[in-house]
Amino acid sequence: MGGWAIAVHGGAGVDPNLPAERQEDAKQLLTRCLNLGIVALRSNVSAIDVVELVIRELETDPLFNSGRGSALTEKGTVEMEASIMDGTKRRCGAVSGITTVKNPISLARLVMDKSPHSYLAFSGAEDFARKQGVEIVDNDYFVTDDNVGMLKLAKEANSILFDYRIPPMGCAGAAATDSPIQMNGLPISIYAPETVGCVVVDGEGRCAAGTSTGGLMNKMMGRIGDSPLIGAGTYASELCGVSCTGEGEAIIRATLARDVSAVMEYKGLNLQEAVDYVIKHRLDEGFAGLIAVSNKGEVVCGFNSNGMFRGCATEDGFMEVAIWE
Amino acid sequence: MVGWAIALHGGAGDIPIDLPDERRIPRETALRHCLDLGVSALKSGKPPLDVAELVVRELENHPDFNAGKGSVLTTQGTVEMEASIMEGNTKRCGAVSGLTTVVNPISLARLVMEKTPHIYLAFDAAEAFARAHGVETVDPSHFITPENIARLKQAKEFNRVQLDYTAPTPPKELENSGDSQIGTVGCVAVDSAGNLASATSTGGYVNKMVGRIGDTPVIGAGTYANHLCAVSATGKGEEIIRGTVARDVAALMEYKGLSLTEAAAYVVHQSVPRGSCGLVAVSAKGEVTMPFNTTGMFRACATEDGHSEIAIWPNN
Repeated sequence: MGGWAIAVHGGAGVDPNLPAERQEDAKQLLTRCLNLGIVALRSNVSAIDVVELVIRELETDPLFNSGRGSALTEKGTVEMEASIMDGTKRRCGAVSGITTVKNPISLARLVMDKSPHSYLAFSGAEDFARKQGVEIVDNDYFVTDDNVGMLKLAKEANSILFDYRIPPMGCAGAAATDSPIQMNGLPISIYAPETVGCVVVDGEGRCAAGTSTGGLMNKMMGRIGDSPLIGAGTYASELCGVSCTGEGEAIIRATLARDVSAVMEYKGLNLQEAVDYVIKHRLDEGFAGLIAVSNKGEVVCGFNSNGMFRGCATEDGFMEVAIWE
Repeated sequence: MVGWAIALHGGAGDIPIDLPDERRIPRETALRHCLDLGVSALKSGKPPLDVAELVVRELENHPDFNAGKGSVLTTQGTVEMEASIMEGNTKRCGAVSGLTTVVNPISLARLVMEKTPHIYLAFDAAEAFARAHGVETVDPSHFITPENIARLKQAKEFNRVQLDYTAPTPPKELENSGDSQIGTVGCVAVDSAGNLASATSTGGYVNKMVGRIGDTPVIGAGTYANHLCAVSATGKGEEIIRGTVARDVAALMEYKGLSLTEAAAYVVHQSVPRGSCGLVAVSAKGEVTMPFNTTGMFRACATEDGHSEIAIWPNN
């Protein structure tokens, strides 16, 4: 027990028909990110710094739904959000409505470290970014062909549904999917969240967590999900660090990330018990997953969705990258 | 057999004990008026969600509280309002931020909850959503009051002095006037069937950066309701976010078996720094509590058994 530990995720809720090649690409990315984090941890980089650098890597890679490769809004643009939390003193930073900042997680960190506030959004956040001199790019930079294609499918899927909440009875015009699995009420082949996150406990027992996303495919402009909300998508305390992914609305209502720590604090559960508890009891009809570390060097992943892109490693040499149960 | 209960607040902060009558009386009157409105609504069987919304609408319309009309100003002298609402039994919720023309942000938050598959809409898009649904909007100048223009000026001056001044405390005449720290309005209600709801609304923090979001629209921070209780918090947004204040009251009841009063007291007096926070909360059993760790909190409450209270400073 003790020592550092790290976990990363690329979203809970995976299309069961995901091509093998793509599954392989995902595992390689997760492995690469874990290794980046491990090298840093071995050089005594602090938990909060490791979280940031790993998420930057996930944002920069176009594979998952964050930074470059983000899901597109209904207008075909990208609007990103992220949050980061340092368990020691529970400092936090978050951003929403980001359109030109290359690495939203770093902007969230700057909000935490360099502003008097915890959460900045839209034009105010973009202005702050410029004043801080962070790397700025055109919104096009974040848009990938894959996602342009996905948006088209999403709009077709939507045009068949009259009520967003009613599951489609065999979504005829939608993506060629045989799977009845849905996220947010729509086919998982289109709506897989693929939000990214990282949680770390360093050699000093300090916990940190971060989450970053482009949000829901075909989302309304200005829609904010769980990823930038402290207590929902991200949380860290003296005891643990947590990052969640899945159906944003379910995660918000469940205050999922906060609840992992709360059951440890208030019910005395250990990390595994706490994660099992919240996944089992707090999600009601929703689907989500999370990764968590404890100040004792433990790492746990939990999800009730169909798979979760994840990877974890501990100082004693354990390492695992997985997608399915 | 439990009865209904309602509590509302008009902000916790460093409210000076020598607050002049012309600042104190209008607010006390407003609190009384809003309490009466809420009580009548509960007595006539309106669901707590409707009651919480209508009380907060009334507080938003009143220019002396930091919500809707009378909101504090951003560093650019503009108004950016935010709000959230939550229904205990279903845990349905809605939130909005960055509103500049919507007369009643709390009602827009409710619309987001009821008319979209989402929980939270912000800035230009939230404004566009409001227009698309025919929600009442006005020119942004409607929300700006002379008092808030003065507060902003004072806050900027205070900041300038804080940056320059090297002694432990700045000159008395430039200290914040006390009520420039007022944040937020809110209401929590429960009916005799144990249905709970919470609603919170604010203009935010005086002299805040444009685009700054506080605790008010963050579910679990400024607002929370489940089957056990409904909570609305006020104070320093950044501390309330870190402390996940509203959720923690419910979590302590749920996970540690504390009573409403114990849970709320613990959060306010142990979990967040002194001078940062106050809240109002009701439980499914019809209990009420209104703790705060600031100099004062504009508040009012009433329960079916006839108890009612309107206050600003601590009772003892």
